[in-house]
Amino acid sequence: MSESIVVDHASKRFTMRYHRTIKEITVATMRRQRLSDSFLAVNDVSFKIEQGESVGLMGLNGSGKSTLLKLISGVMRPDSGKVYTRGRIAGLIATGAGFHPQLSGRDNVYLNAAILGMSEAETKRKFDQIVDFADIGRFLDTPVGYYSSGMFARLGFAVAVHADSDIFLVDEVLAVGDRPFKKKCMARMKEVRDAGQTMVYVSHAAASVRNMCNRVLVLEKGVLGFDGDADAAIKYLNYDDDDEEEVGSEDMDEGMDMDEGLGADI
Amino acid sequence: MTAVITRDVNAPLVQPGYRAGLLDVFRRRYLLRLLVRKGIQQRYSGSFLGLLWSYVQPAVQFSVYFFVMGLILGMHKNVPNFPIHLFSGMVIVHYFTETFSQGTRSIVQNRQIVQKMSLPREMFPVSAMMVSAIHTFPQLLILWAGALITGWTPDPVGLLAGFLGIMTVAVFGTGLALIFSAGNVFFRDFQNIVSTFALFIRWTVPMIYPFSRLATSSLAGTWVYKVYLMNPISIAVLNVQRCFWSSTVKDVPNFNPDGFPSFPSHLILRGIIMLAVAVIFLGICQLIFSRFEGKLAERL
Repeated sequence: MSESIVVDHASKRFTMRYHRTIKEITVATMRRQRLSDSFLAVNDVSFKIEQGESVGLMGLNGSGKSTLLKLISGVMRPDSGKVYTRGRIAGLIATGAGFHPQLSGRDNVYLNAAILGMSEAETKRKFDQIVDFADIGRFLDTPVGYYSSGMFARLGFAVAVHADSDIFLVDEVLAVGDRPFKKKCMARMKEVRDAGQTMVYVSHAAASVRNMCNRVLVLEKGVLGFDGDADAAIKYLNYDDDDEEEVGSEDMDEGMDMDEGLGADI
Repeated sequence: MTAVITRDVNAPLVQPGYRAGLLDVFRRRYLLRLLVRKGIQQRYSGSFLGLLWSYVQPAVQFSVYFFVMGLILGMHKNVPNFPIHLFSGMVIVHYFTETFSQGTRSIVQNRQIVQKMSLPREMFPVSAMMVSAIHTFPQLLILWAGALITGWTPDPVGLLAGFLGIMTVAVFGTGLALIFSAGNVFFRDFQNIVSTFALFIRWTVPMIYPFSRLATSSLAGTWVYKVYLMNPISIAVLNVQRCFWSSTVKDVPNFNPDGFPSFPSHLILRGIIMLAVAVIFLGICQLIFSRFEGKLAERL
């Protein structure tokens, strides 16, 4: 076993600027209003994930989950502290792939695959599998800007999951998928996990996290509040009380078993 | 649960993301090629004339200068083979303004990718420069054909001059595109600065008027003249004219086709120095870009 992801005292501060134009800034300065505010989206977070672990990342909205994934994927850099990863990283961040809205689905698959580090030959070889998995049919040559949010997420997930990455990041991707696609994703994510890929899975659905991961990290306002067993984490978050059954009742009605515990990943 | 397969990853433990800047861009040529292809497709997507717009605009501009400057203001009389003189300047200025303006917009235009995916962000301005080069290349062929018809003959000094001129614009334009593309993420003012700049660059290089006009005017030798010759685009235009225009006018009596006052003294040496300056400038721009790169994703 070797370390796959090491996050060492990483912090990321965001600055919110309230005013952008010279007029707004002048007016705000004269009224002695604040020009900007900053907050720590990720605050001194440290953990290690071994190769092949699948780890759930939970927390309320705005707790810094997506920012942490961006630090791991290299989209953002920590302001202080260090992040290290080993091998190829693929995945989806904040419910969508990095697709260009004016390009067709086909072109976006090639572009996305190239960004993930796939060669032309590798992409060609896997192209049919990717399209089959995404199941977008005749929309393949339509600009992705016209796709429904479900189709968009499906295509993004399909490319990422075929990248044969060493680290696979999944961020609330299932939130927009329909039920058959969620099932297909969960099955595929299990394959990914069982193939020894490191997985970081962001979700609000306690059942699916419990199902996929044996370790869960809980972020609270950017601080790592809990790191440990999945069941204990769900208890820690109070996600195991009766409320959740009401929230997730849509799935419950259809007789949820563990494999279908997809929940409402909103 | 099925037995967990241990996956051996040979890769070292590294900080994710890219840190080698332009080197990373050229290490990932396949991705660069895709981005360039995308840029070409996208430039005129949704327009009926498509790629033809790359020729309509220069053609219209050329006609206006040809009639107004050439006929009304009499440049045809003052400058032998004025059309080639004018067009050599226009091609290189067009390449520069396209690289600069498209490069400046490149990161903002690709914000969906920049926010979600990890790739060397220098890819975008560099691919904008390459897309501009591909658009400019046919114009260069037209220029060459025009020069050939009017008596162009190849000479090694001229070819070197042409190479220096084009390379200077490519390198200098990429540098500007790098810092402006990052600046544009923070303030969209940058793209307006660029279009303002593109308006007057045409008048600060010897294309609509000949260099000899400046060299023999009352400004010769003043600081204005010195600053004029410090502009890399001026030197690039002069070098491209040295390449395409000079040999077409070598038989004009009482006219010095490849020296003062048609061109400044030591033109080739100036070209070499400018290219060196442009390379150093690109290096500085890369350093500035790297400082801001980490903040791009969150500011978009």
